[in-house]
Amino acid sequence: MSPGGGALSIRNVGKVYDPDGAGVIALDDISLEIGAGELCVVVGPSGCGKTTLLNCIAGFDTVSAGEISMDGVVLAAPGRKLAPGADRMVVFQAGALFPWKTVLWNITCGPVLSGRLSRSGAEEQARALLARVGLAGIERQYPGELSGGMKRRVEIIRALLNEPRVLLLDEPFRALDALTKIVMHEALLELFDLSHKTIVFITHDLEEAIFLGDRVAVMTTRPGRVKKLITIDLPRPRDYRLLTTARYRELKQEALEAIHEEALKAFVAGERELA
Amino acid sequence: MGDLARLARSAAVWQGLAGIALFLALWQVGGALHLPMLRHVPTPLEVLIQLATQVHSRQYWQSWYVSGQRVFLGYVIGVGLGVPLGLAMGMSRTFHSASFPLVEVLRPIPPLAWVPLSILFWPTMEQTIVSIIFLGAFFTVVLNVLGGVEAIDVNYRRAALSMGARPWHLFWKIVLPATSPSIFTGMAVGMGLTWEIVVAAEMIASIQAGLGFMMWQAYVGGNIALIIVSMASIGLAGLLSSGLIWMLGRRLTPWLRRT
Repeated sequence: MSPGGGALSIRNVGKVYDPDGAGVIALDDISLEIGAGELCVVVGPSGCGKTTLLNCIAGFDTVSAGEISMDGVVLAAPGRKLAPGADRMVVFQAGALFPWKTVLWNITCGPVLSGRLSRSGAEEQARALLARVGLAGIERQYPGELSGGMKRRVEIIRALLNEPRVLLLDEPFRALDALTKIVMHEALLELFDLSHKTIVFITHDLEEAIFLGDRVAVMTTRPGRVKKLITIDLPRPRDYRLLTTARYRELKQEALEAIHEEALKAFVAGERELA
Repeated sequence: MGDLARLARSAAVWQGLAGIALFLALWQVGGALHLPMLRHVPTPLEVLIQLATQVHSRQYWQSWYVSGQRVFLGYVIGVGLGVPLGLAMGMSRTFHSASFPLVEVLRPIPPLAWVPLSILFWPTMEQTIVSIIFLGAFFTVVLNVLGGVEAIDVNYRRAALSMGARPWHLFWKIVLPATSPSIFTGMAVGMGLTWEIVVAAEMIASIQAGLGFMMWQAYVGGNIALIIVSMASIGLAGLLSSGLIWMLGRRLTPWLRRT
């Protein structure tokens, strides 16, 4: 077990949205045990409730059934939830760097505002991590001046500097082009090997899931359930050459079969909704 | 200073000045050709001569000062109350529900429609004018600030909460900076309105000074060149004060600058 803890236990979690009395089941009896220091990827078609699950872990949303706990402490159960905190950092799909602050302020604000680190101490760590992912020298720039790939790296560093026990990544590389994505994956894995935080990574990109994960959980289309759990036994450290190995292709084949069925169901359901 | 130097280097500024020069030249030529529309209108040259005499008169600058003072007072109070109210409406659901309908009923009433009631309400004409200038700036600022708060991405708030932000952090580090572009937009639009209002108010109210009053006097006295000088002065006053707000806004929202 890694010293930082961060073992997540998701047991029989259900989530029903009831906006106008018509209950929409977003999550249905999801169970998943994620070990401390594990990089677990959750894959599923759009609208399968992946983001809902993440919001429940982060403390932004409540669950309707079941229980989520971390290192034995209940994070969410029907009728109660632990407020969001630095132990569970989220990196959002659309990005949430504060545009009105510099890169350095963005990265250091968490530990500085909470009083955990001095400003100079936090800045020193920030500079070291920026240099690590090839972004030295951008400290005084505003997020609006950075490319998409740079922003995502800055945002992951910001999350790491808060010393979370678990890092929640919600399709962080969705908006990036394929080439930038490969570089980002390697940067993320480098930071992962460095910090060994528990990571829950959400995506609908299968190749990304296999390349990054220790395990891949394939979710069913709405209502969301875990359909298949695949252990990715590819050696670390990983780099892009892995993408052409036989074992990688086998794993992809296995995952593809599971997800194709679900994607088809989601497609048909979408057609029905439109009709 | 940096702003002025940038303006002097900008091609757009010189093109704009060229447009104004062309307008004046066409007007001068039209006057010389005795176009029927321009029969009673003095040429730019005659207006310029009128302006040259006016800049030496104490009364002309007094008009600037008096109107400027009214605008400043009404505007500062309008912004000073409008910004906090807009922020409060955006942040508190209860306060929003309680105040928004009232604001929406009062807002469409043109500020000048308040004049008859304001005369009864305020002891002096001066206060009446300041109060309707206030109304013009106030509602514009409130609505822009409210819109700004409501447009803040919920993920900024979530990210801040995850990083352990306290409520005052949320206000000072998230809500206020995220809203500041809308605050300055509201302030600039509101500033334009205040000059419209002050001139109209000075024309209809029995008051003894101001640019609007000067124009009305020139009209009564048949001094057409002075009417045009007054109009141009009002335009310039509006331009200068809005420009000031934009500059201030630029300075305080450095992240919006594109290099």
